[in-house]
Amino acid sequence: MSGQMITLYVPCDSSAVSLGADEVAIALRNAADKAKTEVKIVRNGSRGLYWLEPMVEVATDQGRIAYGPVSENDVAGLFAALIKGADHKLRLGMPEELPYLKNQERLTFARCGITDPLSIEDYIAHGGYQGLTNALKMSGADIVAAVTESGLRGRGGAGFPTGIKWKTVLGASAEQKYIVCNADEGDSGTFADRMLMEGDPFLLIEGMTIAGLAVGAAKGFVYIRSEYPHAFAQMSRAIEIAQAKGYLGDNVRTSGKAFHLELRLGAGAYICGEETSLLDSLEGKRGMVRAKPPLPALQGLFGKPTVVNNVLSFAAVPTVLDKGAAFYKNYGMGRSRGTMPFQLAGNVKQGGLVEKAFGLTIRQAIEDFGGGTANGRPVRAVQVGGPLGAYFPAQLLDTPLDYEAMAAQKGMLGHGGIVVFDDSVDMAQQARFAFEFCAVESCGKCTPCRIGSTRGVEVIDRILAGQDKVKNFAVLDDLCTTMVDGSLCALGGLTPFPVQSALKHFAEDFDRNPGKARAAE
Amino acid sequence: MSARNWDAESGRQIVRAHKHLDGALLPILHALQDHFGYVDSAAVPVIADELNLSRAEVHGVVTFYHDFRDHAPGRHVVKICRAEACQSVGGRESEAHAKQRLHADFHETSADGRYTLEPVYCFGNCACAPAAMIDGKLHGRVTPQRFDQLIDALEAKR
Repeated sequence: MSGQMITLYVPCDSSAVSLGADEVAIALRNAADKAKTEVKIVRNGSRGLYWLEPMVEVATDQGRIAYGPVSENDVAGLFAALIKGADHKLRLGMPEELPYLKNQERLTFARCGITDPLSIEDYIAHGGYQGLTNALKMSGADIVAAVTESGLRGRGGAGFPTGIKWKTVLGASAEQKYIVCNADEGDSGTFADRMLMEGDPFLLIEGMTIAGLAVGAAKGFVYIRSEYPHAFAQMSRAIEIAQAKGYLGDNVRTSGKAFHLELRLGAGAYICGEETSLLDSLEGKRGMVRAKPPLPALQGLFGKPTVVNNVLSFAAVPTVLDKGAAFYKNYGMGRSRGTMPFQLAGNVKQGGLVEKAFGLTIRQAIEDFGGGTANGRPVRAVQVGGPLGAYFPAQLLDTPLDYEAMAAQKGMLGHGGIVVFDDSVDMAQQARFAFEFCAVESCGKCTPCRIGSTRGVEVIDRILAGQDKVKNFAVLDDLCTTMVDGSLCALGGLTPFPVQSALKHFAEDFDRNPGKARAAE
Repeated sequence: MSARNWDAESGRQIVRAHKHLDGALLPILHALQDHFGYVDSAAVPVIADELNLSRAEVHGVVTFYHDFRDHAPGRHVVKICRAEACQSVGGRESEAHAKQRLHADFHETSADGRYTLEPVYCFGNCACAPAAMIDGKLHGRVTPQRFDQLIDALEAKR
C-alpha cells in the first residue's frame, strides 16, 4: 500500500467524541506511523448512527467502507484490515447500504458525515452553495415566494410557516434588519441542530445568508447554547473560513450585497430557546419572555425587524433554492411538507438521526429504525417533542409524526425528539419532573409558570403520599388549565402536556399508595 | 479548570476587550468566567461602569443564568445531565451515584475542594445517554461504573 495515500474518516461529532472518537483518531495515527503507511485522517461529522459510533470509514475504489463501533483498543487489531476495506468483525460494509441510512430521505443531512465539515471546497463539491448561487440571481420577494411555496414550517417546535415570517420582515421598512438563528436546542432527546452545526456548518451559514438576501438583512447572529462547546467552536471556524473565501462579508460572492454573521453563546437557560427570550439574551439582558405583539418580525432584536428561525429551518432553505420549491414540497403529508430530521434517543437500541418525510409513525421510528429498547424490555412510554411534549402509551404508537396528527393527540412534534422509556418507568415521577424542570427554568415573568410549576411539584407529591387524593387531583387539573390558558409562552403553557398525558394514559402510576391515604390525613 | 483570584486590572481589561460587541454583557460574563473560573461580585460595578448600566441590571443578568458562578469552583467541574433521555437509561441512578462518590450535592463543592457538581439539562448526547461532562470533556453512556472509572482516572493523576 506504500505510496498511495489512504483516507480514513473519524467523526469529530461530540457524541462520537463522547464515546472515544478522539482517542481512536490518535490510535489510528500511531498505527499508521508504526506500519509506515501514509494515512490522511478526516474528522467528518456523524452519519447519525450513534449506536455504531465511533464509526470509522475508509475510502476505497468501491466507495466508503465503515467499521464500528471502534474503540481505541480495537485499533491495533483492526488497522491492517481497515486500510484495505477488508473483512473484520467490526466491518459494517458501505454505510449507504445500511438499512438505517438507506431507508431515510436525507435532504438537510445529505452531506453530514460524508464531507470534511470545515472544507468549503468539499461542501461545494457536494452541492453546497448552489442555493445561494440561485438566490443571488433572484429578488428578495422571489426568494420569499419560493420558501413559502415549499411549505416549509419552522422546525424549532411551533411549526409556523417560514415563508410567511420572512414576508413580514421583507415588508417591514427599516435601515437595519436582523437574521437570528435559534441554536438553543434545549429539548432533551434532540441533537439534530448540534449534529448539523458540527457536521455541516456551511449549510446553516448558507441558509442564513439566503434569508438575509430574502428580507434585506445584512447581519445575522447564531445563538448557540453553552452545553454545545464543540458546535460553537466548529461554527466559529466555519464562519472565519466563509469570510475568508468571500461567502460572508461586505460583498458576498461579489454580488455587492453584504451579510455578516456573529456567534453568541447562551448561558444555561432553557427559556432562551423561546424566541423573544432569546432576543433579550442576545441584547445582553436577562432572558425574559416578551409579550407578543409586537412580533419579532416587526420589532425583534434591538427593536428591529428580525427573522428568528431554528437551525433546521435555515438548513432546509438551501435545498429549496437549489432543487426548487416543488421538489421539497413533494415530500411529506397534509400540511406538513418536506422532510423532518427525527431524533431517536433514550432507551432505544439504535439511537440516532432519522430524516424522513413527514408521515412516519412513532412505531415505525422506534421499531423499524430504533430496533426497540436498548435492554430488550417492552416499550411503555414515548415522549415526543422534548420536555414539554406528551408521553405516548403503547396503544398510540401508530400516530403519524406530523404537526396536525400530534396535535390531535394533545401532543406536539416539537423539534422532532423521540425519547423511549421501557416498562420500568415511573410515570408519576416523569410528571413530577416536568413541573420541577419548569420551576428551574421558568423566566419568572408570568405567574402561572413561575408559581404554578412549584405548586405542581407539591400537588403531585401530596397525591403520591396518598393525601386528599380526590381533592388534589382536582387541584392539579385546575392548575394545569391555568398554566395552559394563562402562561405567556410555551414553557408554562405546555408543561401540563407531559403531566396530563401521564395522568390520562398511566393513571395507575399515581395510585400506588392507596393504603397510606388515611395515615397521611 | 483552574480558578484565579479576582484582580480588578485584568477584570477591566477583559470587559474592555468585549464591550464593543452588540449585546456585550453575556460575552463579557463568559470571558470573565473563562478567565477566573467564576464571576466575582467585584466585577459587577466594573461592568456596570464600562457598559453604562446600573449595578442592579448587571447583577440581575449574572444571577439569571445558570452558568455563571459567584465563587470559585473546585479543581474539577463535573456536570451531569438530569433530563428525560438520560433518565430513560438510568440517569437518576447515575445522578445519585455521582453525588455519593463526589461527596457533593448539585451546586456544591466537595469539602476537599476537589469536585464541583452541577446539573445540566441536556448535552444533546441523548442517543448515547446518560451523559456527563468532566472539565469540559463530554462522556457518553456514563453508568455508575463508567463514572467511577472516569473519577478514578482523575484521582490517579492526583
